[in-house]
Amino acid sequence: MLGRIYAIFAARNREFMRDRGTLSWNIVLPVALMFGLSFVFSGEGRDQYTVGVLQETETLDTSAHPFLETRFIEFVVLTDEDKAFEKVERHQLDLLVSFGEEGGRYWINPDSPKGYFAERILKQADTEAGGLIEQAEITGDAIRYVDWVLPGILGMNMMFSCLFGVGYVVVRYRKNGFLKRLRATPLRPIEFIAAQIGSRMTLIMAISIFVYTGTHLILDTRMEGSYLTLLVIAAVGAVSLISMGLVVAARVTSEELAGGLLNMINWPMMLLSGVWFSLEGAGPLAQSAAKIFPLTHILDAARAVMLDGATFVDVMPSLLTLAGMSAVFLFLGARFFRWHPE
Amino acid sequence: MRVALEARHLVKHYPGVVAVNDVSFAVEEGTCFGLLGPNGAGKTTTVEIIEGVTPATSGEVLYFGEPAGRRFREEAGIQFQNTALQDFLTVGETLEMFQKLYDRRADLDAIIEECSLGDLLDRDNRKLSGGQRQRLFLAVALVNRPRLVFLDEPTTGLDPQARRNFWELVQKIQGHGTTIVLTTHYMDEAHVLCNEIAIMDEGRIMTQGAPDALLKQRYAGMIIELPVADVTGDLDGIDHRVIENLGVVEIVSDDVARSISALSPEVTDLNHIKIRQPNLEDLFLDLTGHSLRA
Repeated sequence: MLGRIYAIFAARNREFMRDRGTLSWNIVLPVALMFGLSFVFSGEGRDQYTVGVLQETETLDTSAHPFLETRFIEFVVLTDEDKAFEKVERHQLDLLVSFGEEGGRYWINPDSPKGYFAERILKQADTEAGGLIEQAEITGDAIRYVDWVLPGILGMNMMFSCLFGVGYVVVRYRKNGFLKRLRATPLRPIEFIAAQIGSRMTLIMAISIFVYTGTHLILDTRMEGSYLTLLVIAAVGAVSLISMGLVVAARVTSEELAGGLLNMINWPMMLLSGVWFSLEGAGPLAQSAAKIFPLTHILDAARAVMLDGATFVDVMPSLLTLAGMSAVFLFLGARFFRWHPE
Repeated sequence: MRVALEARHLVKHYPGVVAVNDVSFAVEEGTCFGLLGPNGAGKTTTVEIIEGVTPATSGEVLYFGEPAGRRFREEAGIQFQNTALQDFLTVGETLEMFQKLYDRRADLDAIIEECSLGDLLDRDNRKLSGGQRQRLFLAVALVNRPRLVFLDEPTTGLDPQARRNFWELVQKIQGHGTTIVLTTHYMDEAHVLCNEIAIMDEGRIMTQGAPDALLKQRYAGMIIELPVADVTGDLDGIDHRVIENLGVVEIVSDDVARSISALSPEVTDLNHIKIRQPNLEDLFLDLTGHSLRA
């Protein structure tokens, strides 16, 4: 059994390594995105800022300051000061403000480009109001955007590679008759699936480690926790994403359909899982929807380890969720797997 | 001689189509069994049901008297009509990969030599000619030292020389005692290679037996063939058939001289007459009413 798994595993690795276009794409894309965002951050993205309002009540009082009536800004009410500061540090809020009877204060992450612009808007509004607000010092280390976005980019690359590298390829194998050829051998579906998971995991882990190491060395990105824990998160996350790809590939016989289905999963996952920006300002429905995606749990856990020094035990809930998702996806993938079209 | 393979009452329904309709046959160990018929006759579906890659609507397949299962997969070698191999692998790597899928393994060097793949081992699978590709597919079917080999239209698309080379290869394999199930729509191929044949049309087996025995049973003599355009008179008194798409008239005769004498007043040019042995294509035509070459 192991020999058969190894045979398919090795052949798939060779196929991937010799397909230079795909290999290059897997390496160049995340690196280019990383450096592009680091050095030429353009502020492009949402035309809306997320500003936390620190107050004792849950309801936003817009009469407290004219700034709170500014359009195109999402105001999020926060009652816990420590959590609010943490969100500013982690780029989950562009700005934090607090208004009281004696005036107001605001907190900003000096490394946040969007925070800079939000501050300008705040000062403009404050000038019109008579200059009530003053900047306060934020405690703890401010986190650079590059530190925050690195897990997102690695996760996104992993997502594309796992879903397309398995889902799309299996559909191609089915369409061109290669799966049918394998069906005529003693190879079992579970052995084939195990080989695909092993092959893609090996490749994506190697690429992710390579990209992470290079980025870490050059940009000195933040790493507060254990590399081993991060590796476990990446491995468990990769299995869940590959398994998800196998569900799509279980029966589909058209590459176009597979591409459409995979994109239908990829894009919402990329937008809702917090790859590029925090979902802090998003509605509760979007935040709940994000939880159905493995990438959300991968990024939450990875950021917790890299930015906050979370331990293995701390990220266990995310790992268990990912493992549970993998089990469900693998069951569905194996249950509905078809070697060739009828 | 033991029965290596037995198909019992195989039926395969697709929406609106009965692709295989109550097909039964048995293949003795060490023989070459040919499943013949035109495209769409149901040969490939029948064979794929036996191979276990297409589920039957009903019926059963026995391998050495037992339902075909794990042992069958381990001991059978299959060359599909349409298949693909993994991209970016060389011929050598492909053979190694497939060999590792089996517990039962052949001597790869011997297969490479037998299939004349020695010079192609480092070549990318995708860069093989039709004949080279077929030889590789056959080699893949042999990597597990099979007791039973399925060859599904192995020479379709090959030039005459490549076809004859392939036949020699199949005869060599059969010489090792391997049982072969061959599907083809080339009647000459079946006649050369098969000990026994079954002719299929519209999902059914029309007849079954040794090729020469079937021909002897059906034809007591030679076939006289002449162009339809040369017939000017009335052939009502002579037992004949007209093959429209080939533009010929055929007469089966156990006394050629007498038949030609009878024909001479009715045709413009006796020089165009051909006299030949009946073949499987004639048999097919008689059984189904339409030509394989249509």
